[in-house]
Amino acid sequence: MEDAVILLVEDNPDDEVLTLRALKKNNIRNDVIVAHDGMEALDYLFGRGKFAERDTRMMPQVILLDLKLPKLDGFDVLRALRSDERTKLLPVVILTSSNEEQDRANGYGLGANSYVRKPVEFGAFIEAVKQLGLYWLILNQIAPVARRK
Amino acid sequence: MSHARQVSITSKLTRMNMLVCATALSLACLGFLSYDLATYRQVTLDNLSIQSQVTGSNSVSALVFDDPVSAQRTLSSLEFAPNILSACIYTPDGKPFATYRRSPNISIPAKLAISPGEKERHWYNHENIFLVHAISFQGKPAGFTYVQSNIQPLIDRVENYLAIAGVMLILSLSLALFLSRIARRSIAEPIQRLANVARRVSKDKEYSTRAEPGREEGELAELVGTFNEMLAQIETRDRSLEAAREKLEEHVEQRTAELSAANKELEAFSYSVSHDLRAPLRSIEGFSLALAEDYDDKLDGEAKSHLSRIRAATTRMGVLIDDLLNLARVTRAELHREPINLSSIASSIAEDLRKANPERQIEFCVQERLETVGDGRLLRVVLENLLGNAWKYTSKHAWARIQFAKKRLNDEEAYFVTDDGAGFDPAFAGRLFGAFQRLHGMDEFPGTGVGLATVQRIIHRHGGRVWAEGAVEKGATFYFTL
Repeated sequence: MEDAVILLVEDNPDDEVLTLRALKKNNIRNDVIVAHDGMEALDYLFGRGKFAERDTRMMPQVILLDLKLPKLDGFDVLRALRSDERTKLLPVVILTSSNEEQDRANGYGLGANSYVRKPVEFGAFIEAVKQLGLYWLILNQIAPVARRK
Repeated sequence: MSHARQVSITSKLTRMNMLVCATALSLACLGFLSYDLATYRQVTLDNLSIQSQVTGSNSVSALVFDDPVSAQRTLSSLEFAPNILSACIYTPDGKPFATYRRSPNISIPAKLAISPGEKERHWYNHENIFLVHAISFQGKPAGFTYVQSNIQPLIDRVENYLAIAGVMLILSLSLALFLSRIARRSIAEPIQRLANVARRVSKDKEYSTRAEPGREEGELAELVGTFNEMLAQIETRDRSLEAAREKLEEHVEQRTAELSAANKELEAFSYSVSHDLRAPLRSIEGFSLALAEDYDDKLDGEAKSHLSRIRAATTRMGVLIDDLLNLARVTRAELHREPINLSSIASSIAEDLRKANPERQIEFCVQERLETVGDGRLLRVVLENLLGNAWKYTSKHAWARIQFAKKRLNDEEAYFVTDDGAGFDPAFAGRLFGAFQRLHGMDEFPGTGVGLATVQRIIHRHGGRVWAEGAVEKGATFYFTL
């Protein structure tokens, strides 16, 4: 599973550092691609812009998606993913600050696979990331079309 | 109904007029008739008496000298009196002496019935009057005259009278009818007009209608005037009522718009708080921990203590933000009223609390079958807060009792949660339900002071009241109505 890539879509540099730290603390050594806004995330997935050279047959094992993002927000990214053949079955975990009902409803409505709230306590956050890694990187078997190697 | 009343007022007037007129006329006619008939009969009788006396005295000599031919002659002079149908002279012993008949088929009594000493007597049948008169000569009875007279003139006279009275009655009744029509025009019609207007007004609710003033004077004019004045007053009141209602509606619309704008703003605010306010807290907490972990060997005890205080404060602020957001959500959330069982909700919360602190000795008493109608999710929040508080404020006691039940207070049913824990100073009972108001120190009992504010908001949204009773170390009781 070492070759499986994680796509982290996160605009807040602090959260980015803390997420990477949490992954490291849990000994998750997979490559983490960080996209800082929704547009960049889509560029990576579809091999556009600065990711034009990328082999798009390689898709991330899981996408950790924040909701409040510049340019395109998390919902826009999710909508674009789910309407494209190449990405519509990719596992997407919404990782966000809010636990607003409307966000949860929208997220699952647009086809998110999971919704996790970032806790304030870092200890709890490490625990959450551990669970995520265990489930999405080790236990979960992704759909065959999603991963064309 | 109004039609019947309309008919009755005109016909009453007419009937009254006719009745008065007919009664007066009939009485007058009756009076005249009786007087005239009485007079006429007396005159007729007197005339007959004179005729029979004259005939009698003319026949005295014939009777004395027993000369029936001469008596016959005397009698035949009666043919000049057209009303006399027959006559007869009788001898003193009552035998016919001489007779006169205007037509041959008239019968004459063969014997007279008159008592001795009687001078004159008369009788009637339906069309005749009969008169017998005693004839005397030198103080001695010489015989009798008998006369039969027709009373046809009397009957004719009565008939004429009745005919004239009838004609007069018809004439005067017509006149009365005509007069009552005038009376109707001046009395009944204005009232009818007024009744029509009143009916129209009450049917169409058109208070600008007015009764037209006619030519009538006096009380009727006053009635029409007062009626119009009353309508004017109603119209004014109606208009001001309408205006007040419109103004009220405008106010309500405006307030509703303001309220929904405020609600939207609050929603946007909550959303932003939910996302943006927690992120910096996460950074502070996360990096404080990173500092403590990564530089463990370089930090002294005091620095580590500072860091742990920073982390505790951040965590507390995270809880505070969540509580605040929940409070805001309670205000915003739509109420979904449905039949719910408060007893089973309370029991499941008690179960959760027990699981969280299995070491505590708590006796939980929940009254069974407390069923009501309300928003189940929000009322669960209420019970979570109240039972959670009871659980929290009994934590310093080795053994405690918490009860949830319902009782009748004055004329309302109140639910209550009561415990025998730390209680509170009743002087500050009013501050219990304010957001961020706490009656205990953080180190004594932890909390944000938002729970009871949330409870109050939910209960108010259900149209109920919430209040508390308690004393220091005597426990607390929280009541609420729905």
